[in-house]
Order: sequence, then C-alpha cells, then structure tokens
Amino acid sequence: MSGPAQTETATAATDRAPSDRADVCVVGSGPAGSLVAHRLAEAGHDVVVLEAGERFDETDRLERQERAIRPAHGPLSVWDMGGERDAYSSTGERHYPLNVARVKGVGGSTLHWQGMVMRLHESDFEVRSREGVGRDWPIDYADLRPYYAEAEEALGVAGDADNPFAPPRDGPFPMAGFPPSYSDSVFAEACERLGVAMHSVPNARNSEPYDGDTACVGYGTCRPVCPSGAKYDATRHVAKAEDAGARVVDRAPVQRLEHDAAGETVEAAVYATPDGETHRQEARAFLVACGGVETPRLLLLSRSETYPDGLANSSGAVGRYFMDHLFAGTGGVLDRRTRQKHVGFLTSECHQFYDDPAAGTDGPEGSVPAADADPSDLGSIKLEFFNYAGPSPVEQALGSDQWGDDLLDSLRESYGNHVAMGGLVGQLPRSEHRVGLDTSTTDDHGSPVPEIRWSLDDRTRRTIERANEIQERVLDELGAEVTWQVGPENTGPAYHHMGTTRMGTDPAESVVTPEGRTHDLSNLWVAGSSAFVTGGAMNPTLTIAALSLRTAEFLDEELRQN
Amino acid sequence: MELTRRDALAALAATGVAVSGGGAAYLASRESGDSPAGTADANATGTADGPIGDAELDVLVAAAEVFYPSEIEGIEEFVTSFVRGRAADRPEHARAQADAVAALDDYARNWYDAGFAALGRETRDRALRAMSVDAVEADPGGEDDQRVRYYVRNELLFALYSSPTGAELVGLENPQGHPGGTASYQRGPES
Repeated sequence: MSGPAQTETATAATDRAPSDRADVCVVGSGPAGSLVAHRLAEAGHDVVVLEAGERFDETDRLERQERAIRPAHGPLSVWDMGGERDAYSSTGERHYPLNVARVKGVGGSTLHWQGMVMRLHESDFEVRSREGVGRDWPIDYADLRPYYAEAEEALGVAGDADNPFAPPRDGPFPMAGFPPSYSDSVFAEACERLGVAMHSVPNARNSEPYDGDTACVGYGTCRPVCPSGAKYDATRHVAKAEDAGARVVDRAPVQRLEHDAAGETVEAAVYATPDGETHRQEARAFLVACGGVETPRLLLLSRSETYPDGLANSSGAVGRYFMDHLFAGTGGVLDRRTRQKHVGFLTSECHQFYDDPAAGTDGPEGSVPAADADPSDLGSIKLEFFNYAGPSPVEQALGSDQWGDDLLDSLRESYGNHVAMGGLVGQLPRSEHRVGLDTSTTDDHGSPVPEIRWSLDDRTRRTIERANEIQERVLDELGAEVTWQVGPENTGPAYHHMGTTRMGTDPAESVVTPEGRTHDLSNLWVAGSSAFVTGGAMNPTLTIAALSLRTAEFLDEELRQN
Repeated sequence: MELTRRDALAALAATGVAVSGGGAAYLASRESGDSPAGTADANATGTADGPIGDAELDVLVAAAEVFYPSEIEGIEEFVTSFVRGRAADRPEHARAQADAVAALDDYARNWYDAGFAALGRETRDRALRAMSVDAVEADPGGEDDQRVRYYVRNELLFALYSSPTGAELVGLENPQGHPGGTASYQRGPES
C-alpha cells in the first residue's frame, strides 16, 4: 500500500503538475466535490479536483475490513488516518475525536460512513421562525426538494415511502427499501402497544444492482468499510467525473488559496505534492468542498494582507457555529433470541419525535409520557432500532483471554439476545463552537492544524435525556433488562461536521450566499455541510448532495455567462 | 461440527484470497492435484518454496486444536486450506506468520523439550498460557507473545468465527466479514 512518504515515478496516473487550463478547481473529492465535479465536467467545463488524501485501491477493501475486525489494528488504520498530516487540537469542554470522524482520500468520508440518507424536514429550514432559536436558512424545503430527488438518484437510495413523518416527495425512491429485520419485528410488538410508529430507513446502499454496482451481499461491516461497493461512496462520482473529462489529483493537499491584487477573485490554489514540490493551479472558479473542518481551515490558512482574518471571512463566521449531532442510546438484553449482527445497517427508525419531541403517545396498551420540559427547550430527535446490538462474536473472540470450549461458552452467552435503540439529537449553532487554527502545532507541511472547540449546551442535554426517556419506555415495554445507556454525560458526536461557513443573505453574518458563492470573492464557492445554517437531527449527506447539485447548477450558469 | 474445505474457502473469501491472486491458484491446485510454484503441498520446510511448510502447518494445526472448541472436527483440512491459501496470496503475511510460529516452537523446545506440535494438547494449552498468549495484546510487530497472539491465535480464530460454520456454533450464520446475503437478518430464530 502506498503511504505519504512513498516515492513515485511520474506517470499519467501520478502526474501532479497543474493543468494548463482549468475552468474550475475543486478542492476535495468527497460527495460534495465529486458531485459538483461530475456535473460541471458533463456540462463541458474543464475541471481539476485536488484531493489531499490518496486514491485507495478498491481491491484492498477486504484487507481494510480485516483491520476493522481484528483488534490489533486501531480504527484509524482502516483508512490510514492519523500522523503528522492529520494532527489537530481539541480544546473545548468536550473532546472532539476528529480523526475517527473523517477519512482523507479520494471519496472522502463516505468511504467509512454508515450510508443513511434522510431529507431534512421543512421545519429544519425555519427553526428561528418556528421556535425562536437558532437561525432560519435562506432557502426552504421547497427550494431543495427537486435536488433531494436528484441526490437520491445520484447516490442510489433504497427506501420505502412508509414514513408518515417525512417531508413530501414527488415519487418513489430509486430502489425498494430493505425489508425490516427480525429484530425490528421484536421491537414492533412493544412499539405498537405504546403507539410509537416504526418505518423504513432510506439507505444509500443497493437493495438490488444499481448503476453498475452490486446489491448488498451482507458483509456486515458497512461502517467503516463496504468491500462489495454496494454502499454508495463518492468514488462513484469521482469515476463518473473522470469519465466526463475531469482530472483528479490525489495526495495534493491545498495549502492556501491566493487572490488577485484587488481581493475580488481567487487566482490559484497552492498545493503540495509527495515529491516535496509546491504547485499553483489556476482556474476561472474555485470550489472548496473539504468538509466542515478542513473547509474553514483552508479559508483561515489563506489569510492575506487584504484579508488578515482569513479568506471569505469578512463576517467573522468562518469556522464558527460548528455543529454535530449527538448520539443517544439505550440497550439491554431480552430472554429471547433477537438475531443481531447479520448486517451492518439499519432497517427501521422512528421520526415521530422529530418535529415534536415533547409530545407523548397514546397507544392501545400503553404510552410514552409527554416530556416535562418546555417543548421549545427541546431539539429534534431521530430514533433508530439497531440490527447490530451487542458484541460481534468474531471481535469478541479475538479480544478474549479465553479459547477452546471456554471461549465458545462465553460467545454463546454474549451473543443472541441483545437489543438496542440509538438516536441522533441536533444542537443549535453557537458562535463559541468553532474550528480555528492552532498556531502552536503544525502539520506535515508546516501549516497550523485545526483547533476544534466544541461542547454541549443545556438544550442539547435536555434533548438527549428526552431521547433516553423514550428509549427506556420502549425497552421496558419490551421486557428488556437495560444494561447500558448513552446519555448527556457520556454522549459523543455522530461525526457530522456542519455550520462552519454558513449560508445567508447578509454578508455581515454569513459566509456563502444561498447559491453557495462566498460573499467576499466572486469566483470562490463552497459546497458541503459547512454551508448548513442549522443541522436538524438527520444524517447530513443527502442534504450535502442536494445542496451540491444545486450549487453546481449556479456555478455552471456562472461559467457559461463569464 | 465438521469443518470442510468449503468453510476454509468462506474464511478465505473474507480476506479477499478466494477472489484473486495466488490463493485462488492454490485452491485450484488443490482441486486438480497440481502444485503451483511456491505453494507445493509437499514442501517440508518453510524456506524452500514458501515460508509456510509442513512443519509450520503442524504447529498451526496443533495450536488450532487448542484454540478451537472440542466439538469441531476436520481441523487439519480447514487450517491447511486456509493458511496455504492465504500464504499464497499474501507472502509477506506468511513470512511474518512463519516467524511467529517459529517463536512458539522455540518456546516449546526451550521449556518443554519438544516442538510445540509434539506436545500433548493439555501441555500445548499450558505452554500458550505460560507464554502469555492469553493475556497480551495482539500486535503484528510486537514481542514474541504478541506476534503469536496475532499470527497464530487470532489468525486461527478469525478464520473460524468469520466463517458461517464457525459462527453458527454461536447461532449466527452470517458473521461479520462473510458475504452471506441479506436474507438471514430477516429470519427469526425458529426459521
């Protein structure tokens, strides 16, 4: 496997010199960058994509899967994260484990994601108007609705239209959803008695062959690696972009963006290559799509005399309003078999408490009590029913101090009767939660590393407690003995980095326009979750994809006119 | 429960061997009776045609007899097919595995006056515990005991419990690492 220090002979595949002429330089090859690159290349523009990480060999995925299962290999080893290249600081009240939360490489963090793709609700775009907190987006669900449909086609979403709480849609999902699990059917008995609705989960995972990729074959290691390619990752759109004529350069971390003398446009992306050289890629337009941490970091690293606080940062909002979703979970054991660990994805969720987390239920044989908290003091809750509760037998075997019959006895005792509910809770944007630069620590190119200052606010804590309360009620109705819970004290982030270059119409308070262009520089665009104004409690990638497809349209139009 | 070559194939598939490379050639040769270069069944030492020879295999089979549950049969065929197939596909891994096997064998000779495979099952168990293979953390680049845990104990248990037959001992017919499809997760325990 190639590593950052490996030397290479320049070939067509590894020539990292800048292109002579480029209409667009895209920084980052995750879902946002690759979708935009594909659309623009298809439209006839010359596109160069600069990716900091390497281009992983798809034939290595089973080896990566083995590293994910065997305890001798830490989680960072699966996608070769860590080291000086990926150094960071976490200085907030809560530690932020950045390097397990991302992948640097062609395809970006979709290489290790779970693959859950829900649309935000209408309410998510107008939190300020509805609840008096946070901030409204400058666009609404109707603006994004057609792009959500396009994004579902692009990513290949398997889903069923059985979710009564989902926002309106115009047609079916591209593929049928995955049928519910046996474990779901165990939960369904209790949920029905309590009046708690269960419904399917939209998955960016093939329930049938789709667009040249196989149907899911059940490896069970979706996160952090899908060896079959049935789970969507952005390498699909990298390949499509290249087929359409785009050039993708890996191991080319962009160090800074340089603007013209007037400070009106970006002229070049300055990037490093493994041979120690530094290059300038010039282009008519630049799109930064490096995720919610590296996008603001690059803008901050691009400070100049004209922009001493960083590029596109006249608002001071670059890096601020960093948000993630918080995990809330409750699990236990039953006196019956629950058939966990056959697959690594979810097949049932509950969005009943998303728009009204305080509401109780009124079932035929029981209820979930309404929350004690003031409804306006709670954020959205998305609840999940796990298909992978409890220990994995193979992982437990490898980590055990037993073997032979004793080990088998322990595995039999541990496996088979676990149940668990998870959930995501959103947090509101707060100025003090931010991605900045730690000038006391530098990466492998001498640049200050990202500093993440992040914590929990009281509203988020209360919402996690409410999620736990609902989960406990369901597990109690199920007759489960609760053996663990993740609540406000031991919660962690869901690795959804959002909000750090938020969109808006007021240049004094936001970084990008509703179209995705920075307010400050006319040819500098941003795509991805950093543009989110609020984060709701839905996994963000479908919204990242929808916003990116929308931005691609505006950028295409701009390139045609100028 | 009887382990078969089919189970070894399933375990190899989880490591990528059965779909490409020398492992596929090795397995094909097992079917045909031929011996492709570097994978000869008859190589008596681990140095002539590849790092895993009969001597190394004897140690691995003897270790598997300790690590695997007593109800498992067909260990020799399973271990031989898995280890040989993997060695043909990943020679660097095989060399490191052979080094770990040698460390275990040396330990047995130093403390029990016989090679590991020549010890009785109970003595092998004691030797492994005395070497701390039950307690140390697996580390492919670590000390002898850590490498024995990684390349011997965990290699063999990974092969067993990521295969459907091995995991079925626990009640799971589609374990992590095995592409067992999307039907089993929908089935109840009685189906």
